[in-house]
Formats: sequence, structure tokens, C-alpha cells
Amino acid sequence: MSDDVILKTPLHALHVELGARMAPFAGYAMPIHYPAGVLAEHLHTRKAAGLFDVSHMGQALLEGPDHRTVAAFLETVCPADLLGLAPGRQRYTQLLNDDGGIVDDLMVTRPPGADGALRLVVNAARKAVDTARLAERLPDGVRLTPLDDAALVALQGPLAAATLARLAPGEDLATLAFMGARPARIGDVATFVSRSGYTGEDGYEISLPAARAESFARRLLAEPDVAPIGLGARDSLRLEAGLCLYGHELDETVDPVEAAIAWSIQKRRRAQGGFPGAARILRALAEGSARVRVGLRPEGRAPAREAAEIVSADGAPIGIVTSGGFGPSVGAPIAMGFVDRAHAAVGTPVGLVVRGKPLPARVAVLPFHPHAYYRG
Amino acid sequence: MAELRYTKDHEYVRIEGGEGVVGISDHAQRQLGDVVFAENPRVGTMLKAGDPAAVVESVKAASDVFAPVAGEVVAVNSEVEAKPGLINEDALGTGWLFRIRLADPSEAAALMDEAAYAAFLETQA
Repeated sequence: MSDDVILKTPLHALHVELGARMAPFAGYAMPIHYPAGVLAEHLHTRKAAGLFDVSHMGQALLEGPDHRTVAAFLETVCPADLLGLAPGRQRYTQLLNDDGGIVDDLMVTRPPGADGALRLVVNAARKAVDTARLAERLPDGVRLTPLDDAALVALQGPLAAATLARLAPGEDLATLAFMGARPARIGDVATFVSRSGYTGEDGYEISLPAARAESFARRLLAEPDVAPIGLGARDSLRLEAGLCLYGHELDETVDPVEAAIAWSIQKRRRAQGGFPGAARILRALAEGSARVRVGLRPEGRAPAREAAEIVSADGAPIGIVTSGGFGPSVGAPIAMGFVDRAHAAVGTPVGLVVRGKPLPARVAVLPFHPHAYYRG
Repeated sequence: MAELRYTKDHEYVRIEGGEGVVGISDHAQRQLGDVVFAENPRVGTMLKAGDPAAVVESVKAASDVFAPVAGEVVAVNSEVEAKPGLINEDALGTGWLFRIRLADPSEAAALMDEAAYAAFLETQA
């Protein structure tokens, strides 16, 4: 992708009309925040319902003759148990390079009733890399089709379920299981809905035709509990929820064990291996990795930002901050970073070097703000 | 008589007799967004014009505040450190950062007055 071409999502005109501050992100003009501002948008999502435009993310369909063929192919590049993915269920996984480093992290969904189709949602900045990695390995009879005509919005927060229930009273989306997914007609729009998100709150991600996205978003925004939320609050929400962001916690040098997302490698894959970098990853699972992602809580009010060095109590370098800022719901600065395993225990005192001085901090439990996923 | 002057880095200094009250401009606070942290210099610090003096951080980014003029820090606004949102509410008033005793009372004359700063912002748009 050329750097001088800025793409627009199907909701671009609406963002501008709503007064968003727009900025380039992963090649797209995206709303960073609306007039309410990052703090208010963050807190609104935690107490009501926030609408996010995530149409920049890559949606694609992987299709083949049957589930076994398609899932077995994806398992050659991802460490999740995808053969065992039931219809109507979604799993979080990673696309790995040959060293077990993370090329991208993604959601894989098996639509209900599908036998031979998986929906993928990948990071905007990694679409081309992902496509290349998958395309060069596609077996005969398996096709990868980008869903370029689809928009993606997220409705997140404790009032998301009640809001969608009002708009689609016949669909019973309020009882859709966490990490469940299915087609749903919302208003007069044919959508594909999953009970998932990136905020730590209950909520949905809704894929729909790009041509219908603006009227759909306006319909949601007309609901009293729904406000538009920009990428600024999306970042502070996911940081409080302890969730990784590609390019920050995750990159091609980091494996899933180091990133503390090995929960996404199910038992059968741990027993059988058969994914790229399996030797490194399985050894790290058995013996622990040299470095690991942790939460960090500065003791004062000053935030530590990405790239701040982490030092031990005696001043030796032990790691690096990968995301940091102020947690609006926590009411204090928070950060995530990688530290040597010897310093990874919760409560370990560390220093975060900010403006040349080590800020006192401690390794902290993740998430910083409790998850509130729908559990039935 | 109070006289308001601005730097190209969007600090202001309000001259009050031989002292100056320093903060960030209303434009700067709008650009930064919700301010969540402010750190002032220690009282007694000797500053040259352009020295990093204070830090203001929003949910988006950290920003150094440079001394608009030379002088000794004689007071700091501790209220703004406890409640950084004051900078968003009233950057030119209760959101002030620190007060300096001017080393050279004529130095501020070289900075932009309100009209010049408004014109400068136009060129930045």
C-alpha cells in the first residue's frame, strides 16, 4: 500500500459530520475522538454503549470443500484448535512465521451451518502480509476472498445487548454466547454478528454491507445510550482490559508464550504441535520463556509511555514498555511491557524510565479493569 | 497591568509586575485533549528561556512545557497537579502551571501578543 493514499471507511462522512478529529491509522483516515473527547468516550463505553467503526480491519472468507480441509490448512499457520471449532463459534488465534513469531493476531469464526467456510478478521496494517502468508500456502480447492464490500462496527458496553434487542427484537441476540457468532437481521440489514470485542465489556462486532453502514450507524446512534467512540478510547479500553495490540505487544519477534496469550493454544495443539515455530513455542510452554508480557502500575501519577525502558530495583535494564498511558476507569496510569522472567511476578518493584528518571512501579495483575463478558 | 504573551510552542506568560505566570494556551489544551498529568518545576529552579520546565500529559501524549522567558520559579500551582483537568477547563486561569520572577522584564516583549498568536495559529491550520 502506498503511504500517500489514505483510504476511507464507509463511515467517513459520518465521522466528519459528527465532528471527529480524523488522523491516518494503518492507511485509513480514522476518527481518533469525537467532540466528547477520549476520557468521556472511554467512560461512556464502560457504563452504556459505544459504537466503534472498525471497518479498516481486514475481513476475509476462507472457503474449501469441507470444514476439515479448511481448518486443517489454517492450523498449518495458526496454533489454535480450529478443527475443533464448532459451528457458530469464534476463536482468537495468531498467524505465525516460521520461527513462531506473530505475523498477526486474528479472530476465526465458523458460521453456523457452514461446512468449509471460516470468516477471518485481521489487523488493518497486516492485511497484505497476512494475505501473502496464507496465499502462498493455499492448497488446491481452498480459496481466500477478502470481503472488501463489508463494513465492521463494534457495539460495546453494558447496554449493548439491550440496545440491539430493541433494534432486532426477533433475533434474541441478548442470549448469543460470548465468542458465539451468527447471521442476524437488524432492522432491515442482513448482518453477521459475533459476541466479542476489544474493550473488556460485553458487546458485539457486526459485519454488514458497506452500502448500508452509514444508515445502520445512524440508527444505532439514535438510541439514547449509544455514543460514537474513536480509536483513542478504543486504545485506553483495550489497555485497561489487558489486551494486546499488534505493533505494540505483538510483532514478528514475539511468540504467543512470551505475549502471555498461550491460553489461545488449545490442548490438542500443545500435544501434537504441527504449527510454525512449534519447537520454540512448546519448549517455552514447558520451561517458560526468557521474557514475558506483564501489567505495570506506576506508583505516582505520571504515565509511562511505549518504549520506556524498564529497570530492576537496582537499576539494571530488564525490559521495555509496549503500551502505556492513563486508565480512565482505573483512575491512574497503567502500562504493559515485556520483562525478564525473573522480574515478572505480580508485585515485583521495577522502575519505568521516564524523562531520564526511573518512575517507581510494580508488576500488576492483568486486566487492570475487570472483564465483563456475557456469561449467560 | 497584566500583559499576555505567547511562544510558538504554545506556552503563555502573563506579565504581572516583575513576575510572569506560565501555562499552556487554550489552543494547546484543545490539541492535547483531556489532560491527566501535570508536573511542575521545583520552586527555586533557575530557568533560561526555552528550558524544559514542566510536563503536561493528556490521554494521547506527553508534552514538555518550555520556559517562555528566563527567571526563577517562585510558585507552582499544586492544585493543577492534583486536578490536571483544570488545564482543559481554564488553561489561562485556574489551569496555570508556575510563576517565575523575570530575569529580564524586557524579554517578554519579544514574544507574540494575542493578535500575533492568533495570526500564528492561522498559519498552522
